[in-house]
Amino acid sequence: MAKFFTKEHEWVEIEGALATVGISEHAAHELGDITFVELPQVGKSVKQFDTLAGIESVKAASDIYAPLSGKVAQVNSKLEDAPETVNESAEGEGWICKMEGFDAAELGALMDAAAYAEYLKGM
Amino acid sequence: MEDLKATPLRARHEELKALMAPFGGWLMPIQYAGIIAEHKWCREKAALFDICHMGEFLFQGDIEGEGLENVFTFSVKGIPVGRSRYGFLLNDKGGVIDDLIVFRLGENEVMIVVNAATIPNDFSVISSRLKYPAKLRDISAGTGKLDLQGPLSREVMVELLGAEIGPIPFFKFIRTRILGADAIVSRTGYTGELGYEIFLPSEKAVELWDLLLKDPRVAPAGLGSRDLLRLEMGYSLYGNDLDETITPLSAGLGSFVNLEKEFVGKDALLKERELGEAMVKIAFRVGSRRAPRHYYQILMEGNEVGTVTSGAFSPMLSCGIGLGYVRPEAAALGTKLVIKQDRVEMEAEVVELPFYTGGSLRG
Repeated sequence: MAKFFTKEHEWVEIEGALATVGISEHAAHELGDITFVELPQVGKSVKQFDTLAGIESVKAASDIYAPLSGKVAQVNSKLEDAPETVNESAEGEGWICKMEGFDAAELGALMDAAAYAEYLKGM
Repeated sequence: MEDLKATPLRARHEELKALMAPFGGWLMPIQYAGIIAEHKWCREKAALFDICHMGEFLFQGDIEGEGLENVFTFSVKGIPVGRSRYGFLLNDKGGVIDDLIVFRLGENEVMIVVNAATIPNDFSVISSRLKYPAKLRDISAGTGKLDLQGPLSREVMVELLGAEIGPIPFFKFIRTRILGADAIVSRTGYTGELGYEIFLPSEKAVELWDLLLKDPRVAPAGLGSRDLLRLEMGYSLYGNDLDETITPLSAGLGSFVNLEKEFVGKDALLKERELGEAMVKIAFRVGSRRAPRHYYQILMEGNEVGTVTSGAFSPMLSCGIGLGYVRPEAAALGTKLVIKQDRVEMEAEVVELPFYTGGSLRG
């Protein structure tokens, strides 16, 4: 399935019962060198657009918001020691967590890749 | 943005696609390749910084007779010709108006190097303390300054600019000719690495920049990496770690203050020494990769005891590091602290400076 994006620059991609979440390449570039990712607790339940995780770069500390409501099923623990993976591959290897128990209907509140590209142009 | 000043190298930074941002009233390069890459380059090779924004004043006259001797926290006439000294310009409450370096150029000639944002105020304060203010001139606009810092900087300088640079020891300088112009090459810096500060006419800054950057051992570095480099050494940044409400004693910089001589602010410092400091500077290390940041709270056993003034992720230590001011009871080495801002919370411990001890500074 395709990626969907939030206005706060998270992405989500649904594969079966799991939704993979990360930050967009644009966001990773804007943050600069990423030095720390605060991964969410496995089992944590969140509502769409609530604070899910945190991320820090040499420039700033930011929150990561949940693109969908649901429960955290897995986290990308590779990021604990190698947060720079997010700079290298924000929309691939640098994913943050996988969620379960979501409702795909909430994708309606997000942008598809084309709409997100337009949104970035307007920034 | 239109009020920001630009250095002679602005077009070069733009060609290099630097990220530019305001700093102390100037539009300055923050990063080129990336802050961590530039930091690493400086620790391993030789990094070139555009520091043309900093201020230079030239004093020509009798140091004692004109009153310059009593302006700073250290003796100017005690600096041998060819050497420089770091110290402070204080207000009458002992607060730091600026931290600066004085270069003793000759028997009756000194250069004072000050921070960019404080140039106008420093100039008027120093002038007001002299018998004949005209003996002091602000030569900032005509003076370019490039810093080459890193373990390979000596060999690069010797090969490109002259063998006489090789033997310059730490905190000494030479007056020489670079690209046909009078220049000062000083073994000082703000990174903790072996390095040089080069002062030359500002119209020669671009030519020197180009010459140094042609060398494959040299890469440009911006103010972002410079801030990480200085913080790993625990060097203060004026405006963050020092300001007019902070005394050198509370900043732990008493070794740059000579209480045996006269200077403005001395009475306040003597009083402070007698009564004890209300707040003292600490260095602390975070137990994770989380970075403390300016204005985060410092807590001890649940109570707020101070504020962070500088903080960052240290690439050399792979953890967060910071400086801050706390009540004296929270300042002992080994004290466990919590650094907090909203939902961000990190455990930290008071440590000794410098954070990073592997630099080539005195090599």
